[in-house]
Amino acid sequence: MTVKPGPIDALDFLEIGSQLSDEERLLRDTVRQFVEDKILPDVGDWYDQGYFPKELAKEMGAMGLLGMHLEGYGCAGTSATAYGLASIELEAGDTGARSFVSVQGSLAMYPIWEFGSEEQKQQWLPAMAAGEKIGCFGLTEPDSGSDAASMRTSAKRDGSDWILNGSKMWITNGGIADVAVVWARTDEGIRGFIVPTDTPGFSTNDIHKKVSLRASVTSELVFDNVRLPADAVLPNVVGMKGPLSCLNEARFGILFGAVGAARACYESALSYSKERRQFDQPIASFQLTQDKLVEMMISVNRSALIAMHLGRMKDAGTIRPAHISFGKKENVRAALAVARSARSVLGANGITLEYPVIRHMTNLESVYTYEGTNEVHTLILGQAITGINAFS
Amino acid sequence: MKIAVCVKQIPDPATPYQLDPTTHWVIRPPDQVMDDTDRYGVEVALQLKEASEGEVVLVSMGPAGNMQGIRQALAMGADKAVIIDDAELKGSGALSTAKVLAAAIKREGADLVIAGTESSDGYTGVVPQQISELLDVPALTFARKFEKTETGIRIERQTQSGYDVVECGLPALISVTAGVVEPRYPTFKGIMQAKQKPVDQLTVSDLGLDGDSVGGSGSGQDITEVSPVPSRQAGQVIEDDGEGHLRIVELLEQAKVV
Repeated sequence: MTVKPGPIDALDFLEIGSQLSDEERLLRDTVRQFVEDKILPDVGDWYDQGYFPKELAKEMGAMGLLGMHLEGYGCAGTSATAYGLASIELEAGDTGARSFVSVQGSLAMYPIWEFGSEEQKQQWLPAMAAGEKIGCFGLTEPDSGSDAASMRTSAKRDGSDWILNGSKMWITNGGIADVAVVWARTDEGIRGFIVPTDTPGFSTNDIHKKVSLRASVTSELVFDNVRLPADAVLPNVVGMKGPLSCLNEARFGILFGAVGAARACYESALSYSKERRQFDQPIASFQLTQDKLVEMMISVNRSALIAMHLGRMKDAGTIRPAHISFGKKENVRAALAVARSARSVLGANGITLEYPVIRHMTNLESVYTYEGTNEVHTLILGQAITGINAFS
Repeated sequence: MKIAVCVKQIPDPATPYQLDPTTHWVIRPPDQVMDDTDRYGVEVALQLKEASEGEVVLVSMGPAGNMQGIRQALAMGADKAVIIDDAELKGSGALSTAKVLAAAIKREGADLVIAGTESSDGYTGVVPQQISELLDVPALTFARKFEKTETGIRIERQTQSGYDVVECGLPALISVTAGVVEPRYPTFKGIMQAKQKPVDQLTVSDLGLDGDSVGGSGSGQDITEVSPVPSRQAGQVIEDDGEGHLRIVELLEQAKVV
């Protein structure tokens, strides 16, 4: 008997789920369940209180979420697409949860895995994969954002030791980290250092009064004559290639994550509009509302297709940084537009933390400019298609 | 100790699914998930295995589809699965299901059988007891707590007013209530290894059963009618004019709860 296609699923209109392998689907469903159980019930309160529950790290580690696309050293070794699918589900919960996982896996573990010595990998990666040690990534500085190469933080040789001075700003996980991967200017060029956060001279100041990414820790890192042994430096990379390759990893997670945030907003608006009655009918029956819902639905599906396509390219080894810029720029701006539209469908309820929409909307304002601003990605794309570098 | 866990693949409750208009049977899509209540049974089995070495075998009846639900349980840590998928099983009610599962469990030679109290698509709630009868082993039902004893198993059976402590030797069957344990999430490594774990796909004749004794004909029941749940009546709204609390007390008295 051939089964007739059933009704269309409003929550997976293009049936993108059918394009996933059995493992990918199971992994997606597992993370979705985790988010439903452990994040969604409380995230509104965390956001309200400006709190990130760092005890989630161990649960995430037990499942295999941390550094999941890396091989060996206690990491799960999944495909890049699977990492992307996990990012979608996490960010459908909250950008803070996805940011935590992005920073741990792509910004802190990845450089140790890619550029570290065998001893460094053995020392840090298994504990970080298990969520027993939390990592952060220090690149951005108060006066050095998009122009990261202009950093002032420096490391100078003192015998075989290094002396680290300077500060880093807007560092996710900074205040809760056990270890920081810090990029600093040296006589040889930009180099990466593994800095345990209990090293004398290292301190952090959490950034308060944020109105975005409130369920996430954002900090300043300060290095005051931090003395590091010779083996603290990542031996296998010199120059901006180091941090930029980490950013490419993390941006890949973001271009998926944004799909999750957008999807959560669309789903919230769709369900609200079918229940909310005005003028004796659900507001979903009004043409203006249907237009908003359809535009949101198309946008979410389009972003998901872009993400899946880029995921397959990454797994095939054909993706280049400009492709990731395409996804990061397009999917984040699209998600922000969906969030704003969803906000308007929810009316006054759209501004409360009883619904997820305003939380995603304000979070996405951070995502819009972090890990390469929308403008920087535009110029990377501009250079890719014209051959002309507009930065210089 | 060899532990058999009864698991059922059901259509994802989050997505719409259909009933056949004539037979009233669920039209099973290829994509099915593990019944949520079975996650508890699997977790109990894994905890018992971890406490005293052993093997956890999943036993399931129904269209295998792409085995998404079975793989979920394998990814949690079960060692192997036996799935009985046969066109002759179409229309199986509770008794047919119990006959097939009992035959498969007997074939495996399990010391302990674990089942959820009821599936969340059929909700008959009698299959575990029927299996225990067919296997001629004691049934410790509605377990809310469990522990392995030297010679068998001890449980706390949930009752309306509290709980009974019940114990018996092995072999035995226990049915577990939802919430008895916190089911673990499949690990990503487990998910990737699940495909390598052995899955025996069997037919009715592999189990030595006669086709007429199972399926619709062996169930001893027909579904004569299916009707939608009546929609709930709108609640009563009481505007609080300062005397609202008195109205609440009055309503509670009417309901004889105070």
